[in-house]
Amino acid sequence: MKAESTDRENNNDFNLTTSQVKLKINGNCLQLNVLPWVSLLDAIRDHCNLTGTKKGCDHGQCGACTVICDGNRILSCLTLAVMKNKSEITTIEGIADGDELHPLQKAFIKHDAFQCGYCTPGQICSAIAMLKEGKANTREEIKEQMSGNLCRCGANTNIIDAIIEIKNKGNYE
Amino acid sequence: MNNFSYQKVSETADALDQISKCNLTQIIAGGTNIIDLWKYNLIQPKLLIDINGIEKFKRIQQTEDGGLFLGALATNSDTAYHMEVEKNYPLLSRAILAGASAQIRNSATNGGNILQRTRCYYFYDAASPCNKRKPGSGCPAKNGLNRMHAIVGTSEDCIAVFPSDMCVALAALEAVVHVVSSVGKREIKFSAFHRLPGNTPEIDNNLQPNEIITGISLPPEGFAENYSYLKLRDRNSYAFALVSVATGMKLENGLIQKIRIVLGGIAHKPWRVPEAEDFLIGKNPTAVNFASAAELILKDAKGFGDNDFKIELSKRAIVRNCIMAIHPETLRPGAQPSL
Ligand SMILES: Cc1cc2nc3c(=O)[nH]c(=O)nc-3n(C[C@H](O)[C@H](O)[C@H](O)COP(=O)(O)OP(=O)(O)OC[C@H]3O[C@@H](n4cnc5c(N)ncnc54)[C@H](O)[C@@H]3O)c2cc1C
Ligand code: FES
Ligand code: FES
Repeated sequence: MKAESTDRENNNDFNLTTSQVKLKINGNCLQLNVLPWVSLLDAIRDHCNLTGTKKGCDHGQCGACTVICDGNRILSCLTLAVMKNKSEITTIEGIADGDELHPLQKAFIKHDAFQCGYCTPGQICSAIAMLKEGKANTREEIKEQMSGNLCRCGANTNIIDAIIEIKNKGNYE
Repeated sequence: MNNFSYQKVSETADALDQISKCNLTQIIAGGTNIIDLWKYNLIQPKLLIDINGIEKFKRIQQTEDGGLFLGALATNSDTAYHMEVEKNYPLLSRAILAGASAQIRNSATNGGNILQRTRCYYFYDAASPCNKRKPGSGCPAKNGLNRMHAIVGTSEDCIAVFPSDMCVALAALEAVVHVVSSVGKREIKFSAFHRLPGNTPEIDNNLQPNEIITGISLPPEGFAENYSYLKLRDRNSYAFALVSVATGMKLENGLIQKIRIVLGGIAHKPWRVPEAEDFLIGKNPTAVNFASAAELILKDAKGFGDNDFKIELSKRAIVRNCIMAIHPETLRPGAQPSL
């Protein structure tokens, strides 16, 4: 604790001005004022009040914070909000079509692809981007491509089943 | 965690200007390593220079000699799935795809990958001594938990390993790292890029503090017919290598005409022993011959307790991976054993 407060004091000479960051999140254009060290994850949760995206580890090890940024799935905990100025981001809140769940969300319910649900937003964002990437065809490939999303409840088998069902149906837009 | 300022640049000169002013100014590319190190309070940057505005660093393009130039800011994903890489350098594609996760590879850049820091538990624990993080403080790994640690090229001061998968393939392909500073451009052979710890383990590689990586070039030879990357780890995916092997081979009339064997996860740099490759020239690609080469590659290996098993594991991994390289059509996702 002590070391940390010293660090902060030493930092007093810093110009602690916020930067303006424009994000288009789930179709809405937002303008945020964030300090340079705010992660995209914290910006989404604390500045945009979109708490569907979860913080599991904050170190890139679990995938709970996965969002789709300019079409690519990325870990929002390992990127700074200021780096993503003018990006288009989809979080779990932007996946359904109004009250109509996305087919993958329905498949997760059907296949019982979660227990506590903490990893689910990251799993779904990751899987939707993965299906669009089109690099995984077999079950083994899908497992490998989804390995960046850990499920502590061990629902992985059902998660892969849900993804395969949607992949086979081809309705993942 | 400390506070820092942030600046995005779109010209190389601006980035060079900033990093030469203060040693607490650091470059951020994908951010997947540097943000993590900062969050653990292992580094305390004052200013981060975001180089993602330098568009020309994102390119992947053919070179005049028939090779390929991989821009420093091309992402690991874009590199692994690039048509030319998949076709002519499948070994590189496989190695990249065996690293981290799809999400991390989408952010991670080629420059950042080759500069990533070790995953030694003691390095990663700000409360523990570590010669790499705090020179002179000691190396607890030597007599501590060292399951992941080095078995070759170690020193009294450090037994950390360099964790990149991509770099194991780049070493096998004999890539060249292109760097620029305010005084000009420089090319560094891949084998001379990373270094052994010696008594200065705080220095990972031979990039100078005022230099920026512009890209990595690959020579025309990509070993696209006979290649394999094998990664052995504590779980099937999304874990760093305990041992990994990249093999690129050229066969002529059934005999080995040229071969590159590089190991990851066992040293402070990708581990290559040219004598072992020379030994195999003109020989049959058999398990017996590969086993003899493996003995040469690991001849000076030394365990530190928890990692003793890596010596035998490395030898077996070499044999298995060289056999896999004869049949690349069997290769499986995640660089798992296929034969
Ligand atoms: C959970 C997790 C698991 C991982 N597993 C693996 C794995 O299995 N295998 C593997 O190989 N890797 C793995 N990684 C590491 C990952 O590959 C690296 O974090 C990534 O490649 C770093 O690239 P970056 O662009 O994000 O670098 P950054 O974090 O942006 O930068 C890293 C360093 O490079 C410097 N830098 C970046 N670009 C340049 C440049 N052009 N010129 C000069 N300096 C530059 C920065 O200043 C910084 O010091 C893992 C990472 C995480 C978080
Ligand atoms: S919170 Fe980002 S990977 Fe765990
Ligand atoms: S459902 Fe609990 S962590 Fe996945």
